[in-house]
Amino acid sequence: MISKIVVASGKGGTGKTTVAVALALALRDEMDRLQFMDCDVEEPNGAVLLQPAIDGDVPVALKTPKVDPSRCTGCEKCREVCAFNAIAVVNKQAMVFDNLCHSCGGCILACPEDAISEADRVIGRIEFGHRDNIEFLSGVLNVSEAMATPIIRALKAKGNDEMLTIIDAPPGTACPVIATVKDCDYCILVTEPTPFGIYDLDLMFQVVSELGIPAGIVVNKDDGANLDIDAYAGDNNIPILMRIPLKLEIAVHYSKGVPLTQVDEHWDAEFRNLYGKVRSELCQSPSR
Amino acid sequence: MPKPFEIVVISGKGGTGKTVFTSCLASIFQDKVVADCDVDAPDLHLLFTPLVKRQEVFPGTPHASIDPDKCTSCDRCFQVCRFGAVVPPESGTGTIYRIDDLACEGCAVCEWTCPAGAISMVAGPSGKWFVSDTRFGTLVHAKLGVAQENSGKLVTVVREEARKAAIEKGCRFVVIDGPPGIGCPVIASVAGADLAVAVTEPTLSGVHDLERVLELTSHFGVKTGVIINKFDLNGEIVLKMEQFLESAGIPLLGKIRFDTTVNRAIGEGRTVIEYSESEVAREMTLAAEETIALANQGLDVKASTESRGD
Ligand code: SF4
Ligand code: SF4
Ligand code: SF4
Ligand code: SF4
Repeated sequence: MISKIVVASGKGGTGKTTVAVALALALRDEMDRLQFMDCDVEEPNGAVLLQPAIDGDVPVALKTPKVDPSRCTGCEKCREVCAFNAIAVVNKQAMVFDNLCHSCGGCILACPEDAISEADRVIGRIEFGHRDNIEFLSGVLNVSEAMATPIIRALKAKGNDEMLTIIDAPPGTACPVIATVKDCDYCILVTEPTPFGIYDLDLMFQVVSELGIPAGIVVNKDDGANLDIDAYAGDNNIPILMRIPLKLEIAVHYSKGVPLTQVDEHWDAEFRNLYGKVRSELCQSPSR
Repeated sequence: MPKPFEIVVISGKGGTGKTVFTSCLASIFQDKVVADCDVDAPDLHLLFTPLVKRQEVFPGTPHASIDPDKCTSCDRCFQVCRFGAVVPPESGTGTIYRIDDLACEGCAVCEWTCPAGAISMVAGPSGKWFVSDTRFGTLVHAKLGVAQENSGKLVTVVREEARKAAIEKGCRFVVIDGPPGIGCPVIASVAGADLAVAVTEPTLSGVHDLERVLELTSHFGVKTGVIINKFDLNGEIVLKMEQFLESAGIPLLGKIRFDTTVNRAIGEGRTVIEYSESEVAREMTLAAEETIALANQGLDVKASTESRGD
C-alpha cells in the first residue's frame, strides 16, 4: 500500500518534526525506499533532525508581471482586474507590487496595449537529498517573502507517488497547512496535554474533517496527569495512537538534534507500531 | 494622541513559549492593549478569559462558482486558471465544469474571462474578530473560519483595531502575540512595529529558526531583543547564542528555565506569574521588565524623532 501520511499539529512546537523524523527512521528497514517531505517551508527543521546528505536544490520562482512604460497608456484595466490590489496606476503608469502579487496572470490578459510581460522572481528553493533509503525533500521560503503556499505546491509536485511519503506539515490551520494536507491519506495529529495543545488540536481536527482525511492523535509531552485529551479523543471518536512522555531527557536530546529513535532503541519498535496502527486505520476508513 | 508603540512577540519556531511570555508581559504591564495576531491558532484567550464587548465578521476570500445553466463548456476558464482550480468534466460522465474550492485562489480571472457570464465570485468561509475586556485590560483577538485563507489580512485588522483601542483607552503601548514562522501573517504582524521580542530555545532547530526570524526583523528594520526560554536544555547552545547576540548588538532580555510549573499554570488558565512564586516566574518577570524598559527607551527615542508612517 502506498500512502501519504502527514504529521500536523495546529499549535507549533508540539513535536511534529520529532514524530515525522522518528517515523521515517523507524521504517527504514521495512521499506525498499521511502520519502520524507518537509512542508514547513517557513521554518524547515526536518534536516536538523534527519541529517540527510543534501544532493542539490532547485529554485522556486513566481511569475511576476513587468510593465513596459513605453507601451502603458495608464488605462487602469490591469488595476481593475487585479483581485489582490497589487497594481497601482500613478501618473498614467502602472506599477506592480511584487509582494502582493499572486501571479494569477489577470493583468496580462486585461492589458489592451500588450504592455505587461512576465519575469521569474525566485521566492525560495526545494532541497533534495537522502539518508540511506530515505529520500529527503524540503521547501525553503526566502526570508522576507510572504507566500509559502507556492513553495509547498512546487514541493508536492516534485514528490514521488510510488513510495510511502511522510510529510512534516507547517503549524497553524491556514493556507500553507491546507495546501500540505489536502491530498494526504492520513493525518497524524501531534498534540500536548495543555489547554493550548487541546484547543489547537481541535482547530486542526476540524480542518482534516472538512477535508475528509482520517486522523489519529499522538500525545507528546504526556505528563500522565491530564485526561482532557482522552476525553476529547473519546468525544470525537479519534484514536490515540501513541504517547510520548514529558521527560527532560528527551528535550535535551532534541536540543542536540538527536532523533527519538536514537535516544532509546525501544522507540524504533514503538514507531513501527504507530505505522501499523495507521495502516489498520486506513484499511477501515472508507476510501475517498 | 500619537500612534501607540507596538511590541511584537515572535518566535520563528512554534512552541518556544511565546504566548506564555506574552501573557506574563501583559500581566505586569499596565499601559497597553494586547493583540493576539496568531489568528490561525490563537491561544491567549484561554488564559485571559475574555468578556467579549464587540464582535465583528471578517469576510472570507471569495471563491469562483460556476452556474451550470449558463455554462457553455467553452473551456476558457480552465485555460486561464493558473491554480488548477477549474475542474473540467470527465468525458462521458455527463458532469460539467466546476471549481475546486480548496485550490481556488480567488483571483477572479475566470469570472473576468467567461464569455457566458456563468462565473460569479461568492464569499468563502468567514472569520470573526473581537474586542474584549480581561483582567489584563483590553484584548483584541480573532478566530479564522475553518479552512479559511488570508490570515495575513485578518492579522492586519486585529493590529489596526488594537491600535484604535489603545488610543481610545489612552494606552501608549500595544503588545502583539505574533504567529510562528516567517511568512505572510508574520510579516503582517512585524512590518512597521516598533520593537520585536523573539522568544527562542537552545535547540539546533531553535538556532536555525532564530537566524531566520532575526533576518526578517532586520529586513523590516524593527529593533529586536531576544529571550532564551528553557535555557537549561543545552548550555553549549546558550553560550553560542549569547556570543552571537553580543556580536550582533542584539539585546538579550532574559533567560528562563525549563519548568513544568508553566504547564500546570496554563492548565489552570493562569499566567505562571499569577500561579506561583517559583524561579521560573521570577525569570519571566525579569524578562518582562527588561522588555518594558527597552520599550520605554524606544518610545522616548520615537517621541524625540518623527513618528514613522505606516
Ligand atoms: S492595462 Fe496596460 S496600458 Fe492599461 S494601465 Fe495597465 S499596463 Fe498600462
Ligand atoms: S498577476 Fe494577478 S495578482 Fe499579480 S499583479 Fe497581475 S492581476 Fe494582480
Ligand atoms: S468560461 Fe464560462 S462558459 Fe466557458 S467553460 Fe468556463 S464557465 Fe463555462
Ligand atoms: S478565481 Fe482564479 S483561482 Fe479561482 S477558479 Fe477562477 S481563475 Fe482559478
